[in-house]
Amino acid sequence: MTALAPSIVVIGIGNEYRSDDGVGIAVARRLRERFFAKITVLEESGEGAALMNSWTGATWVMLVDAVHSGASPGTIHRLDAHAEQVPADFFNYSTHAFGLAEAIGLARSLNELPPHLIVYGIEGENFSAGKGLSVAVEQAVETVVERAAGELREAMSNSDD
Amino acid sequence: MKSSTIKVDYLARVEGEGGLTVKIKGQKVTDVKLKIFEPPRFFEAFLRGRKFSEAPDITARICGICPIAYQMSACHAMEDAFGIKIAGPIRDLRRLIYCGEWIESHALHVYLLHAPDFLGYEDAIRMAKDHPDEVKRGLRLKKAGNEIVRLLGGREIHPINVRVGGFYKVPDKRDLLPLAEELKWARDAALETVRWVATFSFPELDRDYEFVALCHPDEYPFNEGRLVSNKGLDIAVREYEQHFVEEHVAHSNALQSRLKERNSYFVGPQARYNLNFDKLSPVAQEAARSAGLGPVSRNPFQSIIVRSVEMVYACDEALRIIENYEMPDQPAVTVEPRVSTGYGCTEAPRGICYHRYRLDDRGLIVDAKIIPPTSQNLKTIEEDLGQFVQSHLVIQKDRLQWQCEQAIRNYDPCISCATHFLKLHIERE
Repeated sequence: MTALAPSIVVIGIGNEYRSDDGVGIAVARRLRERFFAKITVLEESGEGAALMNSWTGATWVMLVDAVHSGASPGTIHRLDAHAEQVPADFFNYSTHAFGLAEAIGLARSLNELPPHLIVYGIEGENFSAGKGLSVAVEQAVETVVERAAGELREAMSNSDD
Repeated sequence: MKSSTIKVDYLARVEGEGGLTVKIKGQKVTDVKLKIFEPPRFFEAFLRGRKFSEAPDITARICGICPIAYQMSACHAMEDAFGIKIAGPIRDLRRLIYCGEWIESHALHVYLLHAPDFLGYEDAIRMAKDHPDEVKRGLRLKKAGNEIVRLLGGREIHPINVRVGGFYKVPDKRDLLPLAEELKWARDAALETVRWVATFSFPELDRDYEFVALCHPDEYPFNEGRLVSNKGLDIAVREYEQHFVEEHVAHSNALQSRLKERNSYFVGPQARYNLNFDKLSPVAQEAARSAGLGPVSRNPFQSIIVRSVEMVYACDEALRIIENYEMPDQPAVTVEPRVSTGYGCTEAPRGICYHRYRLDDRGLIVDAKIIPPTSQNLKTIEEDLGQFVQSHLVIQKDRLQWQCEQAIRNYDPCISCATHFLKLHIERE
């Protein structure tokens, strides 16, 4: 991590030893390759207080995590933390009970939410111990990377202005 | 006979996933089952055939909250197998990184997971609206712990700088000094935490526990010592499996540990405290006394005070280590693999974490055994709940559920070592 306050931060969340729970990490790694050295890309377990640390100082934040909401595997959800509540039971598979939704809620309570905070959630199918993503989830990775890359390019051009 | 069923489908603020069912028949608790879905079997299998040097990094992935505990237990087990003992500054740095993990884990649990129970809030988000300064203090304390882990571990999640024999890179003294500034604040904040949690009110629960922790002749335990209990256990780590046994229980895929001779036992902050009070630093002992704790604390609801006292100790110990630190010539001791079996047990924030590895002549892992602290506390948690519910049958259902969750959180169960959330069912028939 750099000592400079990064303005644009992407945080991949999950555990790659928990099958589809690793999808957030997979997306973050693809974005790191694509935007090498241009943005800060972090990997987190999903523990909420650590997440809050990771985005401290950033103005434009994108979180990518696995979701277990009952939708079909590979479904892509996009949430704007300023525009809507993040459902607490949505990200239960983020490993920790004080997780992503709680971190956003707590940051909001303390008036410490980053000015721009969006969350990509990818519906997982299999969260058992093991490595590798389900087929439907693997397919969603590419789509999320493309959409996220588009948003990142726009954010970077805005921050260059 | 009066019959009713209470079901709670979600137990928040416990790390991981599991389920709890309490059955009540008439005026008697007939059954308590705590289900936790998986021990780290995947990792035990995954380790087979891997090189000994990979064990610290692989096992660190078992838990996002206590990766250092797994790394330290793995390193000590491998060093035991190769017949080496780490001393001097490398040993001190291992204590220092463990201080960091205790501070961050305890701060998270005390402030964001357990305090809301005592203050009557559904969660830390709601608590933060009325107690923003306390929550901010908790977050900054946690961050002070993170900084130690990040500096020594290379990364805060799944640290990569720890290796069998020592570290890949060690800091020089100047690198550590900025940590000390924040740790001085953190020690004061931890003292303030002790004063704060001491004002909470504690439901009564007193059982005849067998507390088990590492004990070392000269220090409060992190990495080394004998396994000792208040009921006469006093064994070397390598004798662990002669005295403890893991059992499958019908209601769970998890394994429950028990003492072969006596049964359930209690690991974690209160066990360490009760068996090692005299090894705490003077400032930590004084903090405990001012909070009204004697040298033994038996009510598990007071674990929140003990956890806070341990935060004071961890800050104090970290400062002591930094002050005395001199950079070693080599970041690690060279190790030579040999056919052997190694045993390691260290004090994770939630209690002892045991590892055993059998190795071949090339240093490849033939088999691995990992017993996390939570599986060792499961039986004790079930028994606590049985007694607690039995003596509180008259209180309202929703309040009882709340206090059951609070009682489970006394143990800071890290079910994420297995998997995700816990469901709670109270059934009355």
